[in-house]
Amino acid sequence: MSVVSLQLGQCGNQIGNELFSVISDDSNGPNRKKYKQCSDERFFYETSTGELVARSVLVDMEPKVISQAIAKASKSGRWRYGDKAHFSQKQGSGNNWANGFCVHGPRHEEAVEDLVRMEVERCDRLAGIFTMMSVAGGTGSGVGTYVTQRLRDIYPQSFILNQVTWPYGSGEVIVQNYNSVLTLSHLYQLSDAILVHENDTVHKICSQLMNIKHISISDVNKVIAHQLGSVLQPAYTADSPCHYSRNPIGELLSSLVCHPEYKLLSLCNIPQMSSTSLAYSVFNWPGLLKHLRQMLIASARMEEGIDWTVSVTSGGESMPNSRHKSFNSSLANVLILRGKDVSTAVTDGFKDPALYVPWLKTENSFCTWNSPIAFNGYEKSATLVSNNQSLLKPLDNIVRKAWNMFASRAYVHQYTKFGICEEDFLDSFTALEQIISSYTHL
Amino acid sequence: MTTLVGQCGNQVGCRFWDLALREHAHVNQTGVYDEALSSFFRNVDQRREGGADSTGGRITSLKARAVLVDMEEGVLGEILQGPLRSLFNSTQLISDVSGSGNNWAVGHHTYGLTYREQIVDQVRKAAEHCDCLQCFFLIHSMGGGTGSGLGTFVLKLLEEEFPEVCRIVTSVYPTAEDDVITSPYNSVLAMKELTEHADCVLPVDNQSLVDIVGKIQHMSNTGKLGCTIKKDCTIISGQGGVVKVEKPFDAMNNIVANLLLNITSSARFEGSLNMDLNEIAMNLVPFPRLHYLVSSLTPLYTLADVNIPPRRLDQMFSDAFSKEHQLIRADPKHNLYLACALMLRGNVQLSDLRRNIERLKPTLPFVPWNQEGWKTSLCSVPPVCHSHSLLALANNTCVKSTFFELRERFVKLYRRKAHLHHYLAVDGMELAGFNEALSSISDLIEDYTHLESPLMPNAPRLAIAT
Repeated sequence: MSVVSLQLGQCGNQIGNELFSVISDDSNGPNRKKYKQCSDERFFYETSTGELVARSVLVDMEPKVISQAIAKASKSGRWRYGDKAHFSQKQGSGNNWANGFCVHGPRHEEAVEDLVRMEVERCDRLAGIFTMMSVAGGTGSGVGTYVTQRLRDIYPQSFILNQVTWPYGSGEVIVQNYNSVLTLSHLYQLSDAILVHENDTVHKICSQLMNIKHISISDVNKVIAHQLGSVLQPAYTADSPCHYSRNPIGELLSSLVCHPEYKLLSLCNIPQMSSTSLAYSVFNWPGLLKHLRQMLIASARMEEGIDWTVSVTSGGESMPNSRHKSFNSSLANVLILRGKDVSTAVTDGFKDPALYVPWLKTENSFCTWNSPIAFNGYEKSATLVSNNQSLLKPLDNIVRKAWNMFASRAYVHQYTKFGICEEDFLDSFTALEQIISSYTHL
Repeated sequence: MTTLVGQCGNQVGCRFWDLALREHAHVNQTGVYDEALSSFFRNVDQRREGGADSTGGRITSLKARAVLVDMEEGVLGEILQGPLRSLFNSTQLISDVSGSGNNWAVGHHTYGLTYREQIVDQVRKAAEHCDCLQCFFLIHSMGGGTGSGLGTFVLKLLEEEFPEVCRIVTSVYPTAEDDVITSPYNSVLAMKELTEHADCVLPVDNQSLVDIVGKIQHMSNTGKLGCTIKKDCTIISGQGGVVKVEKPFDAMNNIVANLLLNITSSARFEGSLNMDLNEIAMNLVPFPRLHYLVSSLTPLYTLADVNIPPRRLDQMFSDAFSKEHQLIRADPKHNLYLACALMLRGNVQLSDLRRNIERLKPTLPFVPWNQEGWKTSLCSVPPVCHSHSLLALANNTCVKSTFFELRERFVKLYRRKAHLHHYLAVDGMELAGFNEALSSISDLIEDYTHLESPLMPNAPRLAIAT
């Protein structure tokens, strides 16, 4: 089954480009014929001349990024984008969600839908639609939300997984918080799940783990692509223990999103390091999994600076002394292990019922996928896709800042002139406060 | 698309076209007419009927996407005879004979009425040649008659004819020692139009430009040890352009020209974090009338020493916020920031940018509801002769001091009704116009002041039933 990807806006297109590169590099590694076959069918189709073309639609309101992405792909020699699989305009969305959603979206909906339809029809079976966008800008956020809405209407039975990138807290775009609030509140109703990456977090991974001195945006994108690749590449799942799963997105969603009020997913991947250090490192499963478990409960996103004092308290008990800090409760977790001796890995640490909410049975909250093939150069690697409280704090920050700005009505005229009104803002704020409240009371 | 009005506007415009050509020549080695060039120039194939555009092919004949207006012939005549003449069709230049006599009313009402059709025609023609018209740049001065009066008339026209296209205005404000006596009248009358009809205004002050030029020349003349600067690589140098002979205001005009080039760089060239022109208006204008942006360009010059340690990079960021680098006489650090945009060009990485924002944030007072009010962009193509550069655009309450002074000078004249008869003699100009302009600028000053007053603490969040 195949995944159709949709790259929206500058961020979405840049990440998508890196993702396909990672997938292609990984699939072309040694000793993995069946793996490559499955991956190729999932993400590419073959032309009559034997070229691999990505099952991807590129959308942006200005042309430069898409041209760059297409050129870069062709240069790799291993894969490329479809000749007609992109849509761009000359003038961007001006970082304005309302411009993207109310003007550009409807104006170009037919063109974009046609492109998506071509890709969907080309698949033997559709595993799902995977979109990549940022929430801070105008196109990824505004047009992305509109397109998701249309796709939801056109393909009501298909899985839609939205990967979103949250901007640096210290500001990339001044109205980023407005755009984020508007996007997330709408996407929550439309998407099956929202997989979040935060630029702040990924930046730290680059600087502290990978020792990159001068971090560029492509470094950040490569890390995100690596993490996404580790989730999307073929693996054996609980439903499909002997063949590579044919329904990766469906299985991911059914394991993680049991309740429509809880759709925010986060990713932890371990180990992450620079390629020079990689050559000298040896890993073992117990070590990796111990770190990963602590990362989960302490809400850490990388293996450095984990707070080891946080531990799991059995639910309901209040500790008389605050030696044990409150830990990160999970709704559900999917652990994906890739690499050597993966069958020896012991994952019991993640089955502890105290980690999860009491109203879900543990066997429904946790499952493991694995693949004996080493991913992207790492002899052993583990990824945790999690539906938990770790995104609560960043989300709360975004809403708080947006609300303060809204209280003084700053920039609101820029949005109202494109067709949304103050009520729409209030509705979005309400929706997000609801989500925050749901996650707080897990 | 640029519209140049009046002597100042056209002279700055000249420098702009010269430097734009130089920049594109530097970047575009192959001579193919590409996307970047097409933002400012049309590639006209002379052999085809009617001079139709040819894209994607070799550069045959570049025509500027511009309309040049002046009510006296001197400046335009010079352009038509100078080395830049092939950039313009004679129809793109609109002129009259006698000038506006430093009288805003003559420029706005008399000439406005007379040349309205012609101007609309030319603008429309130029707009039709564009695949996608993103924004209008208007360059003029505030103190004179044509630039100020007719310039603001053209602004109103552009709003009427093309309401959806962004209008960015670069206005050169007169200094207190300006030799035109009626400049306060002209400026305040023009300000009202700018506040109402422009999307974004970049005020520039002649005195600041003089100071910056002086600073650069001082540096190049004293030649401290280890600090020799490359004379051709300053933002006031026009070396390498088409126009060979340097004229008196050239150095100052080059700075403004560089400002415009840097603003549009991310829209023309590729980068890892692009910024379009409408994003500037979107991010920096929180309230519709408060659209006056203070700009600063760094570095002013490149040192001959090629090795640039990161300390220099950080210095560039610090300089952008110092009052000596601002293009108007204002001190943004000691006033309140509403929003700030940093546009980087060249070899600067994301981590350098983020590090400097973290470093400078504590020193800059931002309005409480926009504590992280930074808009950033990274363009990979550096300006000519520099390896990197930074343009900072800030919406800061320090502009109100400029407006305050302007209003004082206006009131001084108005109180005694000095020179009013010249204005009232013009058909269409009434005393009410003066009063409206005065109250417009007063309101603007009041709006900026209001933002500085301590606001209520964080608004209570929405509470929902759990």
